Amino acid sequence: MKGRVLDDTLLLLSDDDNVGTAVDDLDEGTALDYDGRSVVVAEDVPFGHKVALEPLAPGDEVRKYGEIIGTATQSVERGEWVHTHNCESTRGRGDQAAAGGERA
Amino acid sequence: MNGTFDGYRRPDGRVGVRNYVAVIPTSVAAAAVATAVADEGGAWARATPHQLGTSQPDAARRQTERVLVGIGQNPNVGGALVVELGTEDIDAAALADRIAADGTTVETLTIRETGGTEAALDEGETRLHRLNDEIKGARREEADVAELVFGVECGGSDATSGIAANPGVGAACDRLVDAGGTACFSETPEFIGAEHILADRCVDDETRRRLLDRVEAREGMAELMGVDLRGAQPTPGNQEGGLTTIEEKSLGAIAKGGTTPVRGIVDYGETLPVGGGLVLMDTPGYDVESVVGKVAGGAQVVAFTTGRGSTTGNPIAPVIKVTGNPKTWAKMSNNMDVNAGTVFDGESIDSVGERVFETLVDVADGRQTESERRRLEEFAINEIQPEELTTGVDA
Repeated sequence: MKGRVLDDTLLLLSDDDNVGTAVDDLDEGTALDYDGRSVVVAEDVPFGHKVALEPLAPGDEVRKYGEIIGTATQSVERGEWVHTHNCESTRGRGDQAAAGGERA
Repeated sequence: MNGTFDGYRRPDGRVGVRNYVAVIPTSVAAAAVATAVADEGGAWARATPHQLGTSQPDAARRQTERVLVGIGQNPNVGGALVVELGTEDIDAAALADRIAADGTTVETLTIRETGGTEAALDEGETRLHRLNDEIKGARREEADVAELVFGVECGGSDATSGIAANPGVGAACDRLVDAGGTACFSETPEFIGAEHILADRCVDDETRRRLLDRVEAREGMAELMGVDLRGAQPTPGNQEGGLTTIEEKSLGAIAKGGTTPVRGIVDYGETLPVGGGLVLMDTPGYDVESVVGKVAGGAQVVAFTTGRGSTTGNPIAPVIKVTGNPKTWAKMSNNMDVNAGTVFDGESIDSVGERVFETLVDVADGRQTESERRRLEEFAINEIQPEELTTGVDA
């Protein structure tokens, strides 16, 4: 597998990433070591979903595969689930262009 | 070393991995007859029913014709029966001539002229068997893996797709390209957010410019229609599987093409080069239409990765299903050919790639895939939409 697995819990695809991918269904309270720092999973997170390895502020880039996959829409604490409720795409946003009165 | 397989050498030099008579309707009005005629033949007869109407705007019609010709000329097709009602803008005789240009044996059937559905079914059966009599004597002969055009696709993606199945299939693509073959992946909306990586891998500026233009055009469609792409990408199923944004989905999706240079980008259904390395095809994100585009381009075998579990196949090209989700492998093993979920137990991506490559060669050699065994043969042709016609996308 590409990347490295932290404590059989989260897959870190690149060292530049600030989220890890759950390699199993994770229970709230699961603790893991992230290069000497402790991360406690803040809620139940299903297999394949993402957990924040760093705190995020609104507008911060979310990074996976060493690349930007979106931006945080609210504050996210280390250990929290990262998904559509707190992270959004910056691409293909025809709604924003329409709201701004722009047409491609 | 899997350097060769036995296939059907066609008059134009390309090699088929199956020897089918394709029954190709020119419109939805002939689709039911085409299906019924092919059913009379058995497994060697393959219908390609689709929903496109008898009349389309010019650009849309040209694309439909390109796909129908490409399907008839796919090396897995030894003979083709083109079926029309008789009112279509697409002329069956002209289409048959285009297909026959590469040496494929072709006949036509016009439902109106023949005397309606009942007579067309009778006459269709006669012509179908006549075509089969002509091609069934073909024998497999040795061919090099370099002669394979391998289409790769993903559908029903989840977070395992980008971690396990796609990189595994990508490693198989790398092996095929190193051996001199062609690999092709498509679905331009799923380049969004990962196009910079593909652009860096393009062999020249012209390819890079065309790739970025196509991505911009597909992304622009969302803006043109004033919609938020997030409503459709990632799909609700993708989201349930852990994919949050189109960028995340794309970064996982492009892994299925491997790591070799991008040598070109072709239009939907356009002929793919043999011995062409990694070539992209500009298609929509709908997997069935995207597979059909690559098969029309000449892909003899398709690999289809899925996380959540897709059952889709194709009438003309065998489809190898690869899943990286251990639960999907356990639940749907009768739809899956390769388990890539083993990476979660420590198998390397390279080793998965080797297994996918071996499966590709075995399937080219005649081994049936699970979707073939169950005759799962979805077929749909992309229709250029009015918005695209006015903006010139794909036109």
